[in-house]
This record gives sequence, C-alpha cells and structure tokens, in this order.
Amino acid sequence: MPVMTMIQAIRTELDEALEADPRVMIIGEDVGALGGVFRATDGLQAKYGDERVVDMPLAEASIVGAALGLAVSGMRPIAEIQFLGFAHQAFHQIGQQVARMRFRSQGHCAVPLVLRAAFGGGVRTPELHSDAFEAFYAHCPGLKVVMPATAYDAKGLLATAIAGADPVLFCEPLRGYRLVKDDVPGEPYQVPFGRLRIARPGRDVTLVAWSAAVQLAERAADSLDTAGISAEVIDLRTLNPLDVDGLAEAVARTGRCVVVQEAPLSGGFGAEVVATIVETSFYDLHAPIERVSAPDTPYPLAGVEDFYLPSVDDVVRAARRTLAGA
Amino acid sequence: MVSVLDPSGTLAPGAAAPLDDDDVLAALRLMKLSRAFDAKGASLQRQGRFGTFSQVGGQEASVVGSAWALDPARDWIVPQYRELPALLRHGYPLAHFIRYFQGNPAGGAIPDGVNILPIQISIAAQLPHAVGLAWGLKRQKKDAVVLVYFGDGASSEGDFHEACNLAGLVGAPVVFFLQNNGWAISTPRRKQSAGRTLAERAPAYGFPGVQVDGNDLFAVYAAASRAVSRARGGDGPTLIESVTRRLGPHNTADDPTRYVDPADAEHWRALDPIDRLERYLVQRSGDHRARIAAFEADVAGEIERALAEAAEGDPLSADQLFAHVYAEPPVRLARQRAERAQGRP
Repeated sequence: MPVMTMIQAIRTELDEALEADPRVMIIGEDVGALGGVFRATDGLQAKYGDERVVDMPLAEASIVGAALGLAVSGMRPIAEIQFLGFAHQAFHQIGQQVARMRFRSQGHCAVPLVLRAAFGGGVRTPELHSDAFEAFYAHCPGLKVVMPATAYDAKGLLATAIAGADPVLFCEPLRGYRLVKDDVPGEPYQVPFGRLRIARPGRDVTLVAWSAAVQLAERAADSLDTAGISAEVIDLRTLNPLDVDGLAEAVARTGRCVVVQEAPLSGGFGAEVVATIVETSFYDLHAPIERVSAPDTPYPLAGVEDFYLPSVDDVVRAARRTLAGA
Repeated sequence: MVSVLDPSGTLAPGAAAPLDDDDVLAALRLMKLSRAFDAKGASLQRQGRFGTFSQVGGQEASVVGSAWALDPARDWIVPQYRELPALLRHGYPLAHFIRYFQGNPAGGAIPDGVNILPIQISIAAQLPHAVGLAWGLKRQKKDAVVLVYFGDGASSEGDFHEACNLAGLVGAPVVFFLQNNGWAISTPRRKQSAGRTLAERAPAYGFPGVQVDGNDLFAVYAAASRAVSRARGGDGPTLIESVTRRLGPHNTADDPTRYVDPADAEHWRALDPIDRLERYLVQRSGDHRARIAAFEADVAGEIERALAEAAEGDPLSADQLFAHVYAEPPVRLARQRAERAQGRP
C-alpha cells in the first residue's frame, strides 16, 4: 500500500472524483494553474479543463452561494475556501443558506456540495489563517463537519462527502498537509461519517481529539507511556455527526478523559464532547474530565503562537490530573 | 427610462403592444388575484391566522410582466418574498404559499417540475444561488434561463456585487430583476446609493443594464423578454431596474405613516399599474369591460378554494422539525426525533 501525505491523499481523491463523475466540479481561488495554495488541486485543471476546475473571483460568499446553485442544477460542486478564517465572508451562505436549503424546500432542493477549507496553527501564517473555527459550523443544523487527522481518513472521508447528498464542511489541518503520512489504498474506498477511530489503544486514560490535535494527543500518549501510563487516543473524525455511542464506550474503558482541542476553550467543540460524556457516562467516570485548549484569546501573530497552541506537556499534565489519587 | 404604456393607458407614439389582448387579460387577472390576496393576507394576519406578511400592491406589473417573459416549462425563478403572482404563473400552488405564511413548513414544498427556489428572506442571499443555478444549467447544456428577483435595498448588499461579478465572468444565463420600489422598509432609495440609477452598475460587470417603468406591464415584459432572449442566446446576463413603488407597508408589522410623504403616496396611487392596464384594455374594446368585471368574483373564488385546500393535509407536528434536515440524519438527531415522537420519559 502506498504511503501518502495528507495533501497527496486529498489530491488523489479529487482526481478520482473528477474522473468518475462528469457532474463533479472544483471551484475556488487559485485552484487552476497554481493548483491551490497548498497544491490540493495540482495538475487537475490541466487534466480536466478550466470548465471543471475553475479559478473563481476572490469572493467567498459567491463561491459558496454559486456552489449551492450549481448543486441545485444537478452538478456536484467541490468548493475550496482557501482558509477557514476567510469563510466568515461566506458565513451567511454556509450557515443560513447551504445548511438549510433542504429543510426550507421540504427536501425538494438538495444541496450535495463539499466545502474544503484549510485551517489550524503551527506553521507561522499571517493573521486569520490559522484559527480553529470548527465550533461555529458544528452549530449549524443541516451541515456536516468533517475533520480528518490522517491521510487515509482524509481520502476516505472526502470520498464519503463527495458521494453523499448532504452539504459538508471538510476541514483540513494545514500543519498536517505534508507532515502527516500514512498508508492509503490504491483503490477507491469510503470512510463512514459518525464513527470515531481508536488512533491508539490504551487502558488508563482516554484522550479525545480531532484533526491535528490527534497527533498532539498521540505524542502525549508516547510521553505518558514512558512514565508507565497507558493512554488511549480517540479521533472523532467527524464533529457532525458525532459518534455519541463510540465516545461513551471509549470513556467506559478507562473512566478518565481528557478532551484536546486547538481552538479557544470557551464555547469550543470540546465543551460539547464533555457535555455528551457527562450525559452518557457520568457513572463510568473516576475523575473530572479535563480540557486542554488554546486560551480564550484571538489567534496571535506567529512569534507567540507556540504560547497559544496546546502543547504535549499540557496534555500530559491534564492526563496526570485525571489519574491523581488512582 | 423605457416606457411603452403611459398612465392613461395609451401606447407611446409608434409603439406596438408586445402582448395580444388575451394575454393582457390573463396578466391583468393575475395582477388582480395578487391585489385581492394582499387584502386577504393582511386580514388573516390581523385575525392571527397568518404570520407576518408582505404585500405586492403597486408592483403587480413589475412582477407579472417579468414572469410573463419566462417559459415555466424550462426557465427558473429565484424569488425573494414579494413575488406571489410570478410564482403562481410558474406553477407554485397558492395553497402552498398560504401554508408558508400560516407557518406550516409544508408550504415550502415545491412540486416536481416547478422550477423555482424557495422564498428567500435573507436579503440578496439568493443572487449567488441564481448565478450558480444558471451556470450549472448552461454547463449541462439545458435550454434554461434563470430570473432572480430582488430589491433596491438588496442592491447594497455584498452578495449583489459578488453575484453580478461572477455572472459576467461565466456568462451565466441569468436576468437580475431589480424591483426598485422606492423603499427598503423605511429607507428610501436615495439613501441606498449615490449612483444616479441602479441599472448603470451593470456595464461595470460586463453586461447591459436597463431601467424601465415598472408600473408599465408592456415595458417590463419587453425588457424582460429581451433579457431572456439574450441569455438564451448565450450572451449572458442583463440587469433590469424596474422602477415601481410599494403602495402598502413593508409588511404587516410596518407603519409607513412614519416615513411616507402622503403627497408621494398619492402620486404613486395615481400610477397604479392595474388601473393603467384596465384603461388600455377598455380603450381597445368596450367588450373587455365585462370580462374585467368578472375577474373580481373569479379571483375571490380561487383564493377561497386555495384557503380550503391549505386547511387540508396533515396536521402540524413536531416531526416536521426533523423530516428534511439531512438526507442521512446523524444518529443524535434521529434520537431527538424519536424522543419527540414518544415523549420524554
């Protein structure tokens, strides 16, 4: 099985989708000759033409709004939003229009479209390129929110998103685009939504994360392992749908839980995870649930982002707190 | 500003009527149906049987004349919320419209083969949808034109600019039909833009813009027909600024006495598009008088039948919250649905 980086896996899936279905179109800023600022669409315009891989004017609301119209017309648009921080200029189209069109039309106007957006910190970007804004979108009924952590999942979850009938926000951790590499099958496959992944089994404490925070949790688990603590790492894969049963089972295995997110603490999706666990698994818990996150500040300039982002040590200390007195 | 029929109902010198009398009579009937429904809807709202409701009154020639240029079998309408007669001509049932304003989600259902998008409440948000729809239909080589309705207030939104810009670039077969009705709730047109007209923005996007007398059915129909032909022929979008006037409130929650100058209101009532068309028809033939007179009872009957139809159907239920949120609902939502159905323990 070939090893691919996450960006290679995404590009491969986009290529296969364009090849398999003439209704599939890619629209976005700089997706053509440049191949996207991260090269997710590298070579695709040359292969499929500028009517199927379309350089759009620099206007997020009309990229998303036009994608909605394209979907209603019978096309299968995949829209690239260059950075999730820029999606605010399309928020009304995503949260109010795309997410609700099926509901408002009583199922008559389906909007099968995928919005891909890079996000996340750690690569010294300019302002507003790095924020983890996923919680805003997880609060929009009608919109699925997908957050892969591995190359395998990025390809398989993207395949599911493209084939599905619901609109999907597909968030790609830009730090992981080239750092994350794993085995990706040569033949097409799908990874179902709403099924979490045990990234690493363990007995003593459960670390719950999504997207790039999964690798952070895995590094923390390595560190805990040297101290004789066995940490299980759970990758949620999709925030909506949320695997509520899988989460309850995972927490029941250890009775201790740390939720790790790259976003600021208050109102983040980690709060939803904690609340869910409290509802389903309160009597399985041996210790209070811990949260590790960025502080409640705006994403800072690059010089101080290492102070902002949650660290391996933060996760290790939180895990140890759940084990205090054990 | 393009004008064909003057307020006395007389054709401009040298102008020919673009519609024959039967068509004009049918258009007039639809305009009268709309006016009668305005009164009915406002009355039902006052009785607590309708939600907040926006009337068409004063804009009937603008709405009907533009819709008349479309072929419902292949063309699309992307509406805002003040275009009832256009939706009816395109095949959307009046009973659905009534259900929508009664607060019943079932009213949002669009019958198969009716080429419209749902009523839009978020100002200007439908404009990029219309461009994407038109672009997609063109890509699939479907012989279809999309006409999108919006107002002078919507022309200030970013979505207007983004939609026009994209439409020009991709040559979308779309007609931007801007109803300049003078008001965005209480904000007058002159406070939306320092531009002389709104139509004059179009050339900056690479396509033509035209301003027409929106209370003149013939002028509106002729301009819309030219724009539809242009789009159908592969020449891309047109912006039509239809200059009309809302004669009633913004909606049933509004109080225009706080901002409308009575003299201005009187001026525009004298330009009522329905009266203008009646004068034209009666000048054409005295025999039309009887047909026009019969419309009153005819449209009242149609409204009563639609109200009766709207009252039928499934009762309102909590299950309507869940039915169409996703094609494949998340497990959590499926459980919420089941809980509502069974009652929480």
